[in-house]
Amino acid sequence: MHKLLEVTDLYKSFGGVTAVDGVSFELKEGQLLAMIGPNGAGKSTCFNLINGQLRPDKGRIKVLGRDTTGLKPRHVWRLGVGRTFQVTSTFASMTVLENVQMVLLSASGHLNSVIRRTSRLYVDEAMELLKLVGVEEQWDRPCGILAYGDLKRVELAIALANKPKLLLMDEPTAGMGIRERLKLMELIAQIVKAQNIGVLFTEHDMDVVFAHADWIIVLNYGKLIAEGTPAQVRDNEEVKRIYLGSCKPENP
Amino acid sequence: MNQNTNSDMLVLKGVNTFYGKAQILFNMSLDMSQGEVAVLLGRNGVGKSTTFKSIIGLVVPKTGEIRFKGQSIRGLPPYKICALGLGYVPEDRRIFTGLTVMENLEVGRRPPRPGFEPWTPERLFELFPNLGALKRHLGGQISGGEQQMLTIARTLMGNPEMIILDEPSEGLAPVIVDQLANTIKRLKQNRVTVLLAEQNLNFARRICDRAFIVDHGRVCHESTMKELTDEVCEMYLAV
Repeated sequence: MHKLLEVTDLYKSFGGVTAVDGVSFELKEGQLLAMIGPNGAGKSTCFNLINGQLRPDKGRIKVLGRDTTGLKPRHVWRLGVGRTFQVTSTFASMTVLENVQMVLLSASGHLNSVIRRTSRLYVDEAMELLKLVGVEEQWDRPCGILAYGDLKRVELAIALANKPKLLLMDEPTAGMGIRERLKLMELIAQIVKAQNIGVLFTEHDMDVVFAHADWIIVLNYGKLIAEGTPAQVRDNEEVKRIYLGSCKPENP
Repeated sequence: MNQNTNSDMLVLKGVNTFYGKAQILFNMSLDMSQGEVAVLLGRNGVGKSTTFKSIIGLVVPKTGEIRFKGQSIRGLPPYKICALGLGYVPEDRRIFTGLTVMENLEVGRRPPRPGFEPWTPERLFELFPNLGALKRHLGGQISGGEQQMLTIARTLMGNPEMIILDEPSEGLAPVIVDQLANTIKRLKQNRVTVLLAEQNLNFARRICDRAFIVDHGRVCHESTMKELTDEVCEMYLAV
């Protein structure tokens, strides 16, 4: 199995606070890796470092064997790293379809096409993606009026449009009911297996994490404090104390 | 208990709300008494957040009646509704990113309610220790979950008589969700009325007295939390 992502000894601090403090881990093809930890543990910062939105103070990031440390987000994206955001980031005044079309246009280099009207390009492909994530019925609504859980799906369609090898998902199922959450994660798991890609995700819904993650890493105050299979992490006393509290995830 | 003064903390009657031409709420009606903790349950996009925005005045319903403590509040601007003692925690947090955690709390400060211990930053830091450690940090520099805590804490600084929380457990670590459940139980002991929207049924079951099931922009089923059957959940919620 190929390594999709290798993170080595990563550091990042903001104004005296070390948000990411010497984190190392790797992610292989076909793997669903969950990153969990208390609020403020540095999870989103890790994501921002990996996809290039932030530059690490120290450490190395390799995507598909290539050093991407310090590359701009668009370059990391072109290498096949898709991502969805904790707080959804779509174009609110554009329709659902247009949001996805635009990514397809960008991925193929047709964003500035003057030969044909871009609004007619990639309609079928975009609709396919919307069908896949289950928001095709809302294709002509502006993203700004969609319910939060539906926006999360549009973001997934946007991330998938570039056929990523590695998908970073920051709280992918936020704003959904539990059945929808599990359904969406099942869909993601299917895509992972079918296309042999890798997914790194954060999530506070332990039903989702423990049902779908192959491997779990736990951050606290920027440090990786535990990792293992869902069963190992669930029984880890420190993880229970700092994170799980009264939450007792189902037997994976 | 005097039921007469109790039963009309919040009343919605036949509320119809639109975004442009799209109707979101269809004759939405519900009522709450003082000290009650109730939850709006329902799938994505059924109108839970729009109900809240209609109550707090962020969107003005086309028709219908909204009364808070007996007074009609439909059409009032949000700041006036807030000054009447109604606090609102939006789903998208809306903290002031350029102000520190402490300053965000100060913005929310309102006079104490007679007879009740006022909320202070110190008391709130006991509830949310994360925030206490980040007092001088800018709101935009703290994590998403910490922003969620800050939004709730800022609203409590206003010492509201009633508080509306839109998906408060979203994005919070399980240990913090435990704390939030305890906070809401304490608010109830202080006779604060609490209305929340939740997709996390387990969380709602721990703290709520009553459930309103929302579908297609109206309350389609109402019961005590204890009597809420699996069949109803199965039918209307994605559980």
